[in-house]
Amino acid sequence: MNWLLANFPQTWELTTAHLYLSLVPTVIGVVLALGLGLIFGNRPRSRAVITSIASAVFTIPSLALFVVIPSLIGTQILDPLNVLIALSLYSSSLLVRTVFDALDAVAPEVLSAAEALGYSPARRRVFVDLPLALGPLAAGTRVAAVTNVSLVSVGAVIGVGGLGQLFVSGYQRNYPDQILAGIIMILILALILDRLIAVGARLATPWLHQGATAKSSTNNAPRNPSISTGANTEGVSS
Amino acid sequence: MITFESVSKSYPGGTRAVDELNLEIATGSFTVLVGPSGCGKTTSMRMINRMVTPSSGRVLIDGQDVSGIRAVTLRLGIGYVLQNAGLFPHRTVLDNVGTVQRLLGLNKAQARAKAYEALERVGLDASLALRYPAQLSGGQQQRVGVARALAADPPILLMDEPFSAVDPIVRLELQQEVQRLQAEIKKTIVMVTHDIDEALTLGDKIAVLAPGGVLQQYADPLSILTRPATNFVSSLVSKDRGFRALSFESLTGLSTTELPAPDTAGRIHLPTLGNGFSAEINHDAATVCWSDGVTVRSAPQPIIRPGDSLRTGLDAVLASPSSAALLADHDGNIGSYFTLADLQPLLSKATRVSS
Amino acid sequence: MINDMLSYLGDAANWTGTAGIPARLGEHLWYSFLAVLAASIIAVPLGVFIGHTGVGKVILVSASNVLRALPSLGIMTLLVLLMGVGLLPPVIALVLIAVPPILAGVYAGVANVEPAVVDAARAIGMKDSRIILQVELPLALPLILGGLRGAILQVIATATIAAYVNLGGLGRYIFDGLALYDYGQVLVGAVLVTALALVLDGLLALLARVLSPDRRLVSR
Repeated sequence: MNWLLANFPQTWELTTAHLYLSLVPTVIGVVLALGLGLIFGNRPRSRAVITSIASAVFTIPSLALFVVIPSLIGTQILDPLNVLIALSLYSSSLLVRTVFDALDAVAPEVLSAAEALGYSPARRRVFVDLPLALGPLAAGTRVAAVTNVSLVSVGAVIGVGGLGQLFVSGYQRNYPDQILAGIIMILILALILDRLIAVGARLATPWLHQGATAKSSTNNAPRNPSISTGANTEGVSS
Repeated sequence: MITFESVSKSYPGGTRAVDELNLEIATGSFTVLVGPSGCGKTTSMRMINRMVTPSSGRVLIDGQDVSGIRAVTLRLGIGYVLQNAGLFPHRTVLDNVGTVQRLLGLNKAQARAKAYEALERVGLDASLALRYPAQLSGGQQQRVGVARALAADPPILLMDEPFSAVDPIVRLELQQEVQRLQAEIKKTIVMVTHDIDEALTLGDKIAVLAPGGVLQQYADPLSILTRPATNFVSSLVSKDRGFRALSFESLTGLSTTELPAPDTAGRIHLPTLGNGFSAEINHDAATVCWSDGVTVRSAPQPIIRPGDSLRTGLDAVLASPSSAALLADHDGNIGSYFTLADLQPLLSKATRVSS
Repeated sequence: MINDMLSYLGDAANWTGTAGIPARLGEHLWYSFLAVLAASIIAVPLGVFIGHTGVGKVILVSASNVLRALPSLGIMTLLVLLMGVGLLPPVIALVLIAVPPILAGVYAGVANVEPAVVDAARAIGMKDSRIILQVELPLALPLILGGLRGAILQVIATATIAAYVNLGGLGRYIFDGLALYDYGQVLVGAVLVTALALVLDGLLALLARVLSPDRRLVSR
């Protein structure tokens, strides 16, 4: 704690770098996943291809991806772009499946109603499917953002890691306080991002947060929406 | 006028959903397509707004082939009510109802003004307008679904099993509401149901379909009941068929007895019945309670009006502890009563008609 | 770089001895196995308890996401400084990573069992321990396996950085390569660990399918 207070300016600089490195891939991931999801959501063949690629990408350890990307696209091995690209790939892989699942979860009678009322397919995607996917997408985005905050620190071993650099230098200088400061800042950063996205999602999806004043018959949301499980949503670290 | 011209629909693998359907649905009529699952009733109805494309044959609206109209344009002019309402969970009741106006290009304020009118028309309180669908009961959701379909005032309304997902009491309420609405707005309504009772209650015309999409009979409810065209139709209507046919007989020609004046306590004594019951007309002037002056006081019984059916009249007599039912005249004055003996000639006549 | 990698892989000398590829692979699997085992011993009973009783649900739900943020590199380096170099620091760091997904899987699996099914079990006279063993756990199996699969993949991926604190495993190639600017060797490590993850993921998917035949009926 003492180290953190004494070196706050330096930590702050690393924190903003860390935020940048984790937030940009999250945003890219959301945009890519939504685009892919809305375009290919109802094309089974393209969808199967995207899903398989996404699960394969998701299985690649991040450290491996950080060091492989330069040989694939010709960047320098210490380029922050490697980290940004790798994390964007993870985020979109994680979120594109969330978007597919969210689109599947839209009640068939709602889609039928939209068609019958005179929505064109494109219009329906934007004004019905998209808003209805926001809830699950927000939950996925929280996971992606927090996972990114954790993964950025691994980049420190190749010289790009925001707060992760505190681990590298603390380890080399045998200075546990410095490492602890990094861990604390990372957890705080993750917590703040998680909360901000949760609050933003709440404001964007008011219909999910009204107390039901009467029997709701068509609502079949999963019973534990805030816990995500399985290989689908677990971020791969290091 | 909606016309089906030898319309068929078959699916890859050879399943036939609709088989050579010919049907003329008159403008302003309430037509019900009825049959068990797999009879192609929903498929047929969805051909009208091009949600389903026929494999062969044509569907025409006022002489124009629907396949020549852009699907989206066509649908904006046809109201649609779904089984589970199909409300948009992310929109308030008001914005759900205003959906079609928005699609037609009205701005938000105009759409909402129209939506308020539509809510009122289906008997929904304006206080529900800003709720989300999940906050409504099943019956309320269904009313919102009807309001949404009617909000843009389309000449045609399609209803896909609109009342099958709600409980029986709410269903009855909604059915009556739709009847009242139809008397007021006179749309061309096409409804799909598997419930023959619902079909007989609501339809001006009923099309009975059998599995495989074969039209069995297309007629008014009384003909369906009394002159079923095929064995399939007669088995469908066999339950309570005789009693139900009385729904289509009027009380014209009923002989009645004049009511004596009430006593000071407001009771009307009917000494001719000899069973000691007296009538107490309730404040609503639509129901009556029968009392023996000592222990028994009946639940409110309806007072029969001139437009009521023979079935309603017979039911009132059978349910009355005094074995008599009160009758109001056209102006609502309750001046006479009748008994089973009075109904007898009408019942005999009805039997002769339907046999 | 890719040629360097291929010549490294083609050199028979790199496939034998304590620094050979089979030995490194064995070390990697050993660390991962220890961590997943320890994490399961902690997380499975805890998840069953929370899922069955509902006690601590709120804490679990609110903490589950932020726990993902625990930086394993930080935990590992900190523990080495505090405890000295050895097997324990990396394994503890890996356990911390493996616990949340297993816990979430077990909890969600048990909590998502239809209440009517649990009621029925209770009504026919099963006591709680029986309900857990014979009703809830079997029904929760797909989600439990899902959580376990996620945990194993994460642990395999993270075990790479054990090499940063002077242990073995496939991460050795990456860190040695980085130190020597021998990017071919870096690529060897990256490719091997990716291959290991993909193979294990496939095997685990297969296992999940075999162990829960009812899942095949509902999966698209």
